[in-house]
This record gives sequence, C-alpha cells and structure tokens, in this order.
Amino acid sequence: MAPDTKHLEVTLDTHVESVNVAEEMCLRVAESAGFGEDDCYRIGMSVREGVINAFHYGNQEKPDKKIHLAVDITPDKMIIHVLDEGKGFDLSSVPDPLAQENLLSTSGRGIFLMRAFMDEFNVVPGKTGGAEIIMSKKLPGASPVPNGQGGQSAAPQQGQGQ
Amino acid sequence: MRATYRDAGAVTVVDIGGRITLGEGSALLRTTIKDLLAEGRNKIVLNLGDVNYIDSSGIGELVTGFTTVKKAGGDLKLLNLTKKVHDLLQLTKLFTVFDVYTDENVVIQSFK
Repeated sequence: MAPDTKHLEVTLDTHVESVNVAEEMCLRVAESAGFGEDDCYRIGMSVREGVINAFHYGNQEKPDKKIHLAVDITPDKMIIHVLDEGKGFDLSSVPDPLAQENLLSTSGRGIFLMRAFMDEFNVVPGKTGGAEIIMSKKLPGASPVPNGQGGQSAAPQQGQGQ
Repeated sequence: MRATYRDAGAVTVVDIGGRITLGEGSALLRTTIKDLLAEGRNKIVLNLGDVNYIDSSGIGELVTGFTTVKKAGGDLKLLNLTKKVHDLLQLTKLFTVFDVYTDENVVIQSFK
C-alpha cells in the first residue's frame, strides 16, 4: 500500500444489518474525503448493493460466513472492496436487467446500479475463493483516472448486471 | 419504512415514508400489499412522496407488488415520486412499466 493511502477494513457478519453498517461506514469516509451529497448517495448505494450481493448471492445468507469490506482513500480516488466467502461468479453470465424480458424480474439490479454509480467497477476471484467486488470513485478535484488503472467503465453494459 | 392506508372509494392509497430497503422496509411493503389483496382491495396507489431512499431490494419489492396485484386482477400505480426514486426508476427502465402520477385525484380517477 502506498504511504499516502488511508486504509480501513472491517469484517461483517452475514446479516441484513451489516448492509446498513457498511453503508454508514463508507458514507462517513466519503464525506470526510470531500465528496458532495450526490456522490455520497451513489457511493452509499453502491456499498449497499455490494454487501447485499455478498450477503445474498455470495454467502447465501449463511451466518457462519463473513463479508470483508475494505476502503482505501488514495490521493485521487476512493476504492471499495467487498469480498464474500462464496464460490465466486462470472460477471459476463449475469443477466441484463434492462432487457425487456428481465424488466419485471424481482432481483438482479445490484451490479447494474454499482456500474452506473461508480467510476470503475470489477469483480475478481477473491483470496477466500469467493467474489471480490472492487469499485472506485474519483475524489472531488482529482485528475481523471488514466485508462487501464483499475476496473471497467462505469457505463452500464448490456448483458451484465445483478 | 412506514406505511398507512386509506380508502378512496374502490381505490386504496398507501402512504409510504422512509426507506424501502433490504429487510424491514421491503417486508413491510410486501405485507401491506398482501393484506390489502386479502381484503379484496386490488386497486392500489402507492404514494411514495415521503420515500427518500430505495435500493435494489426495494425496487424488487415494488415489482413484486406490481405483478402480484396484476395477477389478482387489479392494478398498482405510483404517486408522487421523489427525485431520487424517479431517477432510479428511469435508470432501471421501470418508468416504462409503472403508471406514475403526480396528482392523487387523477390517479384515483384513472382506475375508473
């Protein structure tokens, strides 16, 4: 970790309340990092969706499994990691929630929202064997993130989203 | 989340406030709609004017409510979206699915 990076991490139980805990923690970090109200909303929502994904899809709501949340504040962006203890998943196999046949689906919009609200978003195999969501947002006033530095485009992509 | 409902003729208006999110919020919305259908009230308006936050679970619960009421031969319409909820429904293309109104009298009349 670079010396000018602030790092915070917490291990959460696989419990509904962990979603609120994670959101509140990241909102406090985002506010202290200087993000405005709209960006804080987007970051908070993305953290909620990441932890809901870990809680429900990753850990299958099993209370013996944990959710690992980490936040890095680098000189130019806030990076959030959400790691579950499930079996991982292939991002490209997640149905597109905007497809006509999925519009009335009662679930499957979390990854779409994270992609839409964050600057960078990716899912990689985690050290637990589960999925690790890595997403970031540029700090207010920071230079644009150069291509290839981190995850994928923020733009929602067809055929992907959970 | 909090929810109270009132009758306007054959239409039931459910006034909802707070956050519709994973857990209690989503569950309360589900229970409220289920109870109304059990009472034979299947023309339902969800007044979301005081809903300041909704996550993907809440969106899923709105969709569940919509399809459940439709299957029961009724209709579920939305009233008074806040900007955040409006933007979220546009982003997820659900604005094209739900009937959305800004005037309570108009939405009540729309059931006739």
